[in-house]
Amino acid sequence: MGFLFESFQHAISLILSFDREVFDTVWTSLYTSTVAILLAAAVGVPFGTFLGLGRFPGKRAALTLLNTLMALPTVVVGLVLFGLFSRQGPLGSWGFLFTPMAMIAGQMVLATPIVANYTVAAVAGADPRIMTTALTLGASRLRAMRQLLVETRFGIVAAIVAGFGRVIAEVGVAMMLGGNIRGYTRTMTTAIALETSKGEFAFGLALGIVLLAVALVVNLFLNLLQQR
Amino acid sequence: MKRFRILLAAVLASLLFCGVATAAEHLRLATTTSTENSGLLAVLLPPFEKANDCKVDVIAVGTGKAIKLGETGDVDVILVHARAREEKFVAEGYGVNRRDVMYNDFVILGPAEDPAGIKGLADGAEALKKIAAAQATFVSRGDDSGTHTKEKSLWKKVDITPEGQWYLEAGRGMGEVITMATERRGYTLADRGTFIAYKSKTDLQVLTEGDKALFNPYGVIPVNPKKHPHVKIDLAEAFVAYLTGAEGQSIIANYRKNGEPLFFLYK
Repeated sequence: MGFLFESFQHAISLILSFDREVFDTVWTSLYTSTVAILLAAAVGVPFGTFLGLGRFPGKRAALTLLNTLMALPTVVVGLVLFGLFSRQGPLGSWGFLFTPMAMIAGQMVLATPIVANYTVAAVAGADPRIMTTALTLGASRLRAMRQLLVETRFGIVAAIVAGFGRVIAEVGVAMMLGGNIRGYTRTMTTAIALETSKGEFAFGLALGIVLLAVALVVNLFLNLLQQR
Repeated sequence: MKRFRILLAAVLASLLFCGVATAAEHLRLATTTSTENSGLLAVLLPPFEKANDCKVDVIAVGTGKAIKLGETGDVDVILVHARAREEKFVAEGYGVNRRDVMYNDFVILGPAEDPAGIKGLADGAEALKKIAAAQATFVSRGDDSGTHTKEKSLWKKVDITPEGQWYLEAGRGMGEVITMATERRGYTLADRGTFIAYKSKTDLQVLTEGDKALFNPYGVIPVNPKKHPHVKIDLAEAFVAYLTGAEGQSIIANYRKNGEPLFFLYK
């Protein structure tokens, strides 16, 4: 018990002293996850809206597929994109491997199905009269859709929060595509993995606490948005 | 909605700014977990980065994976420890101008009670033979690293194929394997540098050491630009020159952990 307690104390003092390395990894985590989730939202929300509202053959199959993609193992995404981004792979000339860009791409692949799926649920659960009312009031189809998204913003924001939670907490993609490079692609999760491997329990724990704190702050912020 | 848009714009602008701010040249170095975990790179790299106005991106993996990353051209230079495989790497045209950097040695670690009775034995392969005979727990890297390569060559020497409940293939880095062996009260083969760096975190002891077969040399090899034209060969050559030059060599020689040197220079 003393071991755990001492580690916890060390963790707190690390955070309070504003350790440069801790700050760097927190920043890398936030940066890649934020860009990834914005991109995922740009793709996932329209796609989810379309899927939720549309009536077309194969919709059930598409929804099932989307559900399956939600459970994509991060190491599989890491592996496939590693093959794509490696110099011997088709996109090798881009030089993406072991850069934050590669991590963002991987995280976007992970988050998009989640955002899309929650969006489907949000628009499918919305009052069906919103669209028709807007349309009869003379709104264009695009305008009506925008109105729908405004009305369902709770669900949409929840979709984005869920996606963000997934990408900031995952370690497979960040490790395989980012390479855990100090001060460049080292995120909170890969740093925790590394510190544990080095036997530096306290530093790992410190980062774990920061990770939780970041999740809390992000959720508080999004709560604020939802209440408007 | 307006507040949201302003916020979004601010986030995007700050992200863009960060993208521009990290424009320095990057040299990609694939190396073994032992150089990274021992803490050597943290003191060795900054002077080079400063002098050449670049960043060295360290990808710390096993020697096998590091060589693979060199073959595919995903890194510019490798710093590894498996002499035979390094020579093959150069012979096949993947690398140029291999240079010796430093050396230390491998040791066999085990619990103080030493159930296989290998304490004081000088011959590494003989020690493994005794461990196998006693069916005492042995944790192997199992990850195709330089240490794993060495371990396999030792098993081969005494003609044993290690298998069974007592032989654990971890598939993890050196530090993790030392931790595992500590928890399982088992034996393991480790490089001395990582062991010294871990001394305060393990109660395993050095039981076998000093064998010629346990010699552990490190070499640095730039990736061949003829094979991979995008390789930053000038910077890679500068890095080799730094490691083998006066400044790099003196940093390596003076690097100590818990008062002990971790790596030694060729005289």
